[in-house]
Amino acid sequence: MTILIIDGKEIDVPAEYTLLQACEAAGAEIPRFCYHERLSIAGNCRMCLVEVKGGPKPVASCAWGVRDCRPGPKGEPPEISTRSPMVKKAREGVMEFLLINHPLDCPICDQGGECDLQDQAMGYGVDSTRFAENKRAVEDKYLGALVKTSMNRCIQCTRCVRFAAEVCGVPEMGATGRGEDMEITTFLESALTSELQGNLVDICPVGALTSKPYAFAARPWELTKTQSIDVMDAVGSAIRVDTRGREVMRILPRVNEAVNEEWISDKTRHVVDGLRSQRLDRPYIRENGKLRAASWPEAFAAIAAKVKGVDGSRIGAVAGDLAAVEEMFALKDLLARLGSTHVATQIGDAFDPAAGRASYIFNPTIAGIEQADALLIVGSNPRKEAAILNARIRKRWRSGQMKIGVIGEAADLTYSYDHIGAGTDSLSDLVDGQHSFSDVLKNAKHPIVLVGASVASRPDGAAVMAMLAKLALDIGALGEGWNGFGVLQSAASAVGALDIGFAGGLRKAGEADVLFSLGADEIDPAAGAFVVYIGTHGDRGAHRADVILPGAAYTEKSGLYVNTEGRVQIAARAGFPPGDAREDWAVIRALSDVLGHKLPYDSLAALRQAIFKAVPHLIRIDAIAAGDASSINALAARGGSVDKATFKSGVTDFYLTNPIARASAVMAECARLASGQMLTAAE
Amino acid sequence: MSVRRLAPKEVQPASFAFTAENLAWAQKQIAQYPDGRQASAVIAILWRAQEQMGGWVSEAAIRHVADMLAMPYIRALEVATFYTMFQLQPVGKKAHVQVCGTTPCMLRGAGDLIEVCKSRIHHDAFHLSADNDFSWEEVECLGACVNAPMVMIWKDTYEDLTADSLGKVLDGFAAGTPPKPGPQHGRQFAAPAGGPTTLKDINALQKPADTPTTHGGGGAALQDADAKRAGESASRRDSPAPQAPAADATQADAPSGDPTPKKTNDTAGAKPGKRKTSPGGAGKGPKK
Repeated sequence: MTILIIDGKEIDVPAEYTLLQACEAAGAEIPRFCYHERLSIAGNCRMCLVEVKGGPKPVASCAWGVRDCRPGPKGEPPEISTRSPMVKKAREGVMEFLLINHPLDCPICDQGGECDLQDQAMGYGVDSTRFAENKRAVEDKYLGALVKTSMNRCIQCTRCVRFAAEVCGVPEMGATGRGEDMEITTFLESALTSELQGNLVDICPVGALTSKPYAFAARPWELTKTQSIDVMDAVGSAIRVDTRGREVMRILPRVNEAVNEEWISDKTRHVVDGLRSQRLDRPYIRENGKLRAASWPEAFAAIAAKVKGVDGSRIGAVAGDLAAVEEMFALKDLLARLGSTHVATQIGDAFDPAAGRASYIFNPTIAGIEQADALLIVGSNPRKEAAILNARIRKRWRSGQMKIGVIGEAADLTYSYDHIGAGTDSLSDLVDGQHSFSDVLKNAKHPIVLVGASVASRPDGAAVMAMLAKLALDIGALGEGWNGFGVLQSAASAVGALDIGFAGGLRKAGEADVLFSLGADEIDPAAGAFVVYIGTHGDRGAHRADVILPGAAYTEKSGLYVNTEGRVQIAARAGFPPGDAREDWAVIRALSDVLGHKLPYDSLAALRQAIFKAVPHLIRIDAIAAGDASSINALAARGGSVDKATFKSGVTDFYLTNPIARASAVMAECARLASGQMLTAAE
Repeated sequence: MSVRRLAPKEVQPASFAFTAENLAWAQKQIAQYPDGRQASAVIAILWRAQEQMGGWVSEAAIRHVADMLAMPYIRALEVATFYTMFQLQPVGKKAHVQVCGTTPCMLRGAGDLIEVCKSRIHHDAFHLSADNDFSWEEVECLGACVNAPMVMIWKDTYEDLTADSLGKVLDGFAAGTPPKPGPQHGRQFAAPAGGPTTLKDINALQKPADTPTTHGGGGAALQDADAKRAGESASRRDSPAPQAPAADATQADAPSGDPTPKKTNDTAGAKPGKRKTSPGGAGKGPKK
């Protein structure tokens, strides 16, 4: 620790801090453009200048280490001033230079109102310019479907270049030319290929990179902000949903160090137009092979008529990837009252709630990846299944302290790894210690075995899971304060469903005569089955349905979601469902009344009471109820024989994994770009 | 300087590959850097690619070099667009004239030279002449200010130019007989144009027998009649051959084997040392 005097206040900070961090620790506000705490230091905007006593000129505090400060002549601590006349003048000078070439187009700029340059020009600039020449003009660049450019506004902080290279792991952006002619671009203006490119818009301190789908849509001050949770994957990123009236205008990340830091994936961010199109806004009944609009009582009556004549054991329910705990709990309750236990999510019957929580959650936790020193990825493509978690893996890998091995597809994961093999034979080699990577795992202090959810849905999934559990035990992944066995779920509903026991009945549900589908679009009901679809979008599931009950999307209801690490999070309602659509739990509650098995909760609060009573750990929002390591032992003991099939990732097209994304035109275009197809018609 | 862009697609060749000789040279360059730092060779190899292509680098060449060094394409593009020594569009087959337009040259008449280029080659810089043999550009200081104004063609400088003498230089290139590099109005290097103005009488103090025949060994100041004749070592120049790939100075000087860093240091140290002794020796009389 080093003692500094900042603005006359003595403060003790670690020697490896930069002056900027030290000044912030002392409570001083340092303006900055190029500096970003999660990126490397560039030191090129010069906005963070401070005065170090004894120096002839101000120094860039972001690039000046605390340990580089020299003590005074009598050994007194270094003195830094952030408010002296020298600093004020320096900031005004820097700001004047930055604004020389910056266009005065704030009134038509999408960044207006949330622009660092605008704010800091107000705070630290002067009111006029002495520059009378022409401003620089720069051609706009094409960067793909999500990022719109207005390069006149660029102040060349290079945050985007560093973000693409460091966090995204796709070094596609760069600065060509030099001096006044320096331009930010990709190689020959090709589209970016990262799943995290939407974050470029957030880190751009000016309006040079703005969101293409959100262009000219709204001003930040007319939006209602709701803090919520993302459900596009099982990571559960913290998001802020911005609405105007009843319409969701955009989704932005919130900082949650334990989960998403401050990034979100493109699917999370740009799925919003999917919330507007293809929506189910009224109940439908299939009559003579055709769906017709109906009223709620009509729809309920049709279901009641069908259910009355069916034995309880011939009824099933399947939940989709986006279902919240509430509706799954209510549906399970309803089916139990009808005499059925055939409930499951789309991921299948692979995971067994009875085996214990540790057998299906990501035990090491996402933040725990930063302690790991070896990682084995089995049957998963984290870049597609959980882009944010992949960024965390890459972050740890960049520090050089984690070795990575992959069994499965040799995909581009944005980091280098040891590709051990594609199938179970490579896995058994590893278990037997015949591959060099097994030594890496054994010698690691905090190894992680990352298991893709698709592994468990193989026909021999249980046996492979047992094998992996045994491997985890063999390499010492389960030790004091460390559980390195982690299942990477790909559906937001997965862990919550397993927690409340909404699992195990997929096969039986598939054969049922009456099937309740809670937004499940990737299942094949039995040929003659009567399908009740409770969902939001006219997707595949709705086409197969006999009765459609319109539900609420994740931005339109308050719901509990449990992410892949077992963290219970609560999504908040940002708007109302369209038309006659209602919150899913309320639909189920109303239906139960018609079916003659009235569920005993009349409000969301009462329903949550019932959930918490049944599954107590769900009450601890934002906390993880750790799994019991002994369940890994039990899992390993199961054994079983595995077949030779190779591992496949559960996600084939990152942009089109759920009904909301499939309804989104933006996601469709991203998928087209990602698959290499060019647009031929009007863009 | 203006915005530097790659040449339009129509003139870009589809592919690029090094000749066997240049490839071997490039591998040698790459081997100079430690593992994981191969990208450091990018400037040297891009420069070689430019020589092979006859004076410019194509998009395919940039990609090829990036692939060779396992660096992202955009990083190689950054280098190629940052350094103005890399030409991004085809240049004249016979000569690409780089006219220095920085202050000393500008004051001594670089404007006239540019006028010559405009009238003889093309109105605009970076454009090929009608016969594709010539192109020109204005560059920043090339470090020959005492011989201003000057132009650089390939690797040689043509100094002390006027509109007429530049025309003759261009004629020479057009005819395939490039003139001798250096000052084009007769003086020796940067010596005073009208003969010595100082130390005129020092020769009178010395016996003619002591006067060395070459400048290199040191000796009396030269007289006007034979003045400004360079010593052999000083007048030896890098190969002026404009054909690509040209053998450059490093290759001409270096022994055929792998030059160790020590060796290059030795030769580099020896040359300036030799030059330094000459003026000193001239003042004090013969040393040996």
